[in-house]
Amino acid sequence: MSNESIRAAFESGNGKAFVPFITCGDPDLETTRKLIFALQDVGADVIELGIPFSDPTAEGPVIQGANLRALEGGATTDSILDMVTAIRADVRVPLVFMTYGNIVFHYGIERFCARAQEAGIDGLILPDTPFEEKDEFAPACAAHDIAYISLIAPTSADRIAMIAREAEGFVYCVSSLGVTGTRDAITTDIDSLVANVRTATDVPVAVGFGISTPEQASNMAAKSDGAIVGSALVKLVAEHGANAAAPVAERARGLAAAVHAL
Amino acid sequence: MTNPNGRFGAHGGQYIPETLMNAVIELEEAYNHLKDDPEFKAELHAYLNDYANRPSRLYFAQRLTEELGGAKIYLKREDLNHTGAHKINNALGQALLAKRMDKTRLIAETGAGQHGVATATVAALLGMECHVYMGVEDMERQALNVYRMRLMGAEVHGVDSGTGTLKDAVSECMREWTKRIDDTHYLLGSCMGPHPFPTIVRDFQAFIGQEIADQCLELEGRLPDYVVACVGGGSNAIGSFHRFIDHPEVKLIGCEAAGRGIDTFQTAATLNTGSLGIFHGMKSYFCQDKYGQIAPVYSISAGLDYPGIGPEHAWLHDIGRAEYVAVTDEAAVDAFERLSRTEGIIPAIESAHALAHVLELAPKLPRETIVVVTLSGRGDKDCAAMARYRGEQINE
Repeated sequence: MSNESIRAAFESGNGKAFVPFITCGDPDLETTRKLIFALQDVGADVIELGIPFSDPTAEGPVIQGANLRALEGGATTDSILDMVTAIRADVRVPLVFMTYGNIVFHYGIERFCARAQEAGIDGLILPDTPFEEKDEFAPACAAHDIAYISLIAPTSADRIAMIAREAEGFVYCVSSLGVTGTRDAITTDIDSLVANVRTATDVPVAVGFGISTPEQASNMAAKSDGAIVGSALVKLVAEHGANAAAPVAERARGLAAAVHAL
Repeated sequence: MTNPNGRFGAHGGQYIPETLMNAVIELEEAYNHLKDDPEFKAELHAYLNDYANRPSRLYFAQRLTEELGGAKIYLKREDLNHTGAHKINNALGQALLAKRMDKTRLIAETGAGQHGVATATVAALLGMECHVYMGVEDMERQALNVYRMRLMGAEVHGVDSGTGTLKDAVSECMREWTKRIDDTHYLLGSCMGPHPFPTIVRDFQAFIGQEIADQCLELEGRLPDYVVACVGGGSNAIGSFHRFIDHPEVKLIGCEAAGRGIDTFQTAATLNTGSLGIFHGMKSYFCQDKYGQIAPVYSISAGLDYPGIGPEHAWLHDIGRAEYVAVTDEAAVDAFERLSRTEGIIPAIESAHALAHVLELAPKLPRETIVVVTLSGRGDKDCAAMARYRGEQINE
């Protein structure tokens, strides 16, 4: 079951998870396939796979660029589902889709979840779908054993308990105001955010947004159950294109080691 | 008409990042608290009347009516408002609301530049900091408006992501708002985006339709038979329509930008070519491909060059209460020229889309029929582009 597989992934080893993010199809799906295996080999505990959207309003310039490259490269929801289906048996870690509400809605929510389940997807993150709109998506996810993963933000305040009570998979704790992208410093009081989540749920909490260095990953994982790293890896894909697997693996190895050394 | 989560039938809602949720909840609470507050209403009306020149006139276009030989055509002269468009109504309303919420900084998107100018104007008036996000393509098409905004102290930020037009400016504003919420209000310019924006913007534009009703009753002793307005996001149209929704005898027609035609890819006619989707915080109709990727849209009018439409229009379309027609660039430019020649009024190219439909409609209607068309803005900003369209190069 997806909730259990994600929990097991967080609990394995030292109980801290390294969760890398890449955009599928950037610059092509063959590169994505190589990246998934490379990330698994260097110690990723859960892998977040972005399905590109033309107008990703929660992303900074780095992941916006990845979305556009993927679409220009011809990636579609169908070709991404096919790629994941083809490799799933050889991937040991949970795979989580991250995309925008319209991609799932327009495909057909039920149809999307059915195909994602066939492909072996464990969870779904929709950054533009808050608690108030989750009932449109969460039941279909539940019917297909896909954890509907909720986000909480530094501005969530009195909303945290409401969101966390219904959390599945893991809670995605947004580290900072703003969109995705690397940051020099994270100034939010992560300790109190995580503590608030913990009063309402025992599902794992991972921190994302702005984490690029092993030191940041270690700090954030120390305060929670894991660190999510996207833009820092996607930047390397932008630089190295189809040859990105080696440099991404090298960077991810350091991040994974920092998280697992806690 | 709207449920608590801001639904208009299936449309609307709040599809935004969690980071912004408390901001829109606070906005809704502040608005609900202030909308019927006599002091707030008095302050807004004083600015609307003394500063923005309301009420705008309902003008009988006699020569145009005689030339077309059918229905009586009235022009609702939003072009005579301060800053030259209806956008000032909403900008004043939201800026006063933001001030009451102790916000000191306004951010806004703009397409044609009219909403950016209106926001820069109220920021100067009320002593607030102002940042306007505008697609780089639109900055070139509307250079004069960029100058006007900067003249009034706003900072204009070029947006080069995506197609460099209105939709990208909206996306960038949403991103900017998530970065800085405490002191910043996102002054959204159309009846779109997440709840409560579609309702707030409609209410601040509803003076248009209220005045149309009052003025038409005074001039003609009855309500109009048709109210016609152009639709991008749809704020001047919803403002014109709202008063009449419960009067089914008043036909409501929204005019979308067909660009080079609804059978081409160079169009922005959302209801005529789009499908149901979720984007920019709302469920509504959007121009998109079969995977839900938002389509690049095109119109000669920067203000109508948007791939979506406000959720209340989507609902009025679903229930058949309003009709939405598509008007090509060519027809709009003809109407732009025709009104200039016939009435000595140069309409915004956006408003010319509504006028173009009236040129087609009025001759087929009996002489006692009353058609009101909302002239949402003045066309000075468009003159250079219209000259270029006709093959003439002029210096702005």
